[in-house]
Amino acid sequence: MQNKQSSSIRTVVATGIGAAVIFVLMKFVAIPTGVPNTQFNVAEGFLALLGAIFGPVAAGLAVFIGHALNDFVTYGSPWWTWVVVDGLIGVAFGFAKNRLKIEDGVLGVGKLVWFNLYQIVVNFIGWVLLAPMGDIIIYHEPNTKVFLQGIVTWLVNSASVAIIGTILLVLYARTRTQRGSLKKER
Amino acid sequence: MNNQLLIGYDDRHTFLNRLSGSTKLLCFVGLSIIGMMTYDTRYLIGIMIFSLIVFHFSKIKYRDVKFVVNVIIGFSVLNLVMVYVFAPHYGVSIYGTEHLLLGSANHYFNLTTEQLFYEFNLLLKYTFAVPLALIFLMTTNPSEFAASLNKIGISYRVSYSVAIALRYIPDVQNDYRTISLAQQARGFEMSKKANFMTRIRGGVQILLPLIFSSLDRIEVISQAMELRRFGKGKKRTWYMAQKFQRNDYLALAIVALLIIIGIALFKVNGGRFWNPFKI
Repeated sequence: MQNKQSSSIRTVVATGIGAAVIFVLMKFVAIPTGVPNTQFNVAEGFLALLGAIFGPVAAGLAVFIGHALNDFVTYGSPWWTWVVVDGLIGVAFGFAKNRLKIEDGVLGVGKLVWFNLYQIVVNFIGWVLLAPMGDIIIYHEPNTKVFLQGIVTWLVNSASVAIIGTILLVLYARTRTQRGSLKKER
Repeated sequence: MNNQLLIGYDDRHTFLNRLSGSTKLLCFVGLSIIGMMTYDTRYLIGIMIFSLIVFHFSKIKYRDVKFVVNVIIGFSVLNLVMVYVFAPHYGVSIYGTEHLLLGSANHYFNLTTEQLFYEFNLLLKYTFAVPLALIFLMTTNPSEFAASLNKIGISYRVSYSVAIALRYIPDVQNDYRTISLAQQARGFEMSKKANFMTRIRGGVQILLPLIFSSLDRIEVISQAMELRRFGKGKKRTWYMAQKFQRNDYLALAIVALLIIIGIALFKVNGGRFWNPFKI
């Protein structure tokens, strides 16, 4: 088993590498949806896996750093409300770690259905409630515009996690040794 | 060394290069936050001119940043159009008066001076930080950036995560290109010609090798760091850290003054908006 020390190093490294992967995915594998500043982000699917393996701290910080860096080099300055909301969603995905127990190598249909319902709710709270509210309060943007962007983002991000996230989770679980798969010979 | 990290860091031997990374980070964050809050046009134009002057001194060539600037302007214009389509009367509701330029008051799509003024403010807000961000990116050594984060009070573990992210972005990018070319050679269509679902499937085919190799990398690096006793001490020193010089304090003082002016303007205007229509 890993002790506390090495798991904290693993968190630091997972945050860094995770942020690098998220940055690259946001920059190169994002498919525009037609509404300005919203795109189908493959990175959200990866975020689900990152949260399930490394927990809330790594996932939250990784997406915060990755998203902020990406905004920085594409738009000149980070759009802070959305960066923060993305970070919170990463934290929420990380909380699913204990429920999914992906390291055990068993990931049944029940857990996947639960996770997908959970992520749709999390994305809804993040993109339809928090992000547009932040835009209205902090940036003073018109309500209809930010809610449209929020709803579109909610739909595409949920779809990204549902398709890509689920595939990644299943494939990753398959690479783990199943818990209790070894038996002592009598 | 990975000095060619995000968009071309280079030592251009100007005073901006010699400022410590922490100073530039604090100045950038401070100005971008005050710019995010305020809707005072005069103030935004002032900051914009200030940052353009600083940009001029930074000796960054325009053609190095032309592409980025064009992308940013493109996105801002799209956003402005969208704001107009969804809320053509938003300016009227903010400023409380209505000066019609085009169309009649009954139509949904009419053009008022207030709306134009509001959208002009938005444009300023989208773009005023761009010269500052470019200066920051192109004059700060990426390795020094993590040291500056630590210096302004962020825990060294988090700063180290940022350092790892900056260090590995080029590597991950290379992996991504290699895998993408390999998969395209095998016949996965990923360009704009393919339809949405095919592109997603193509994306997944790149994603799997990329992510699983990154997970391996996490294991390797964390073991290497553990062998070197990372995280045993409460503090950490940074090879790239710089001491504050006279110019650093000067720059911080100037930015602090600008921020105080911005806050004072909230009081003067009685809110975040400067309203030239109400006299």
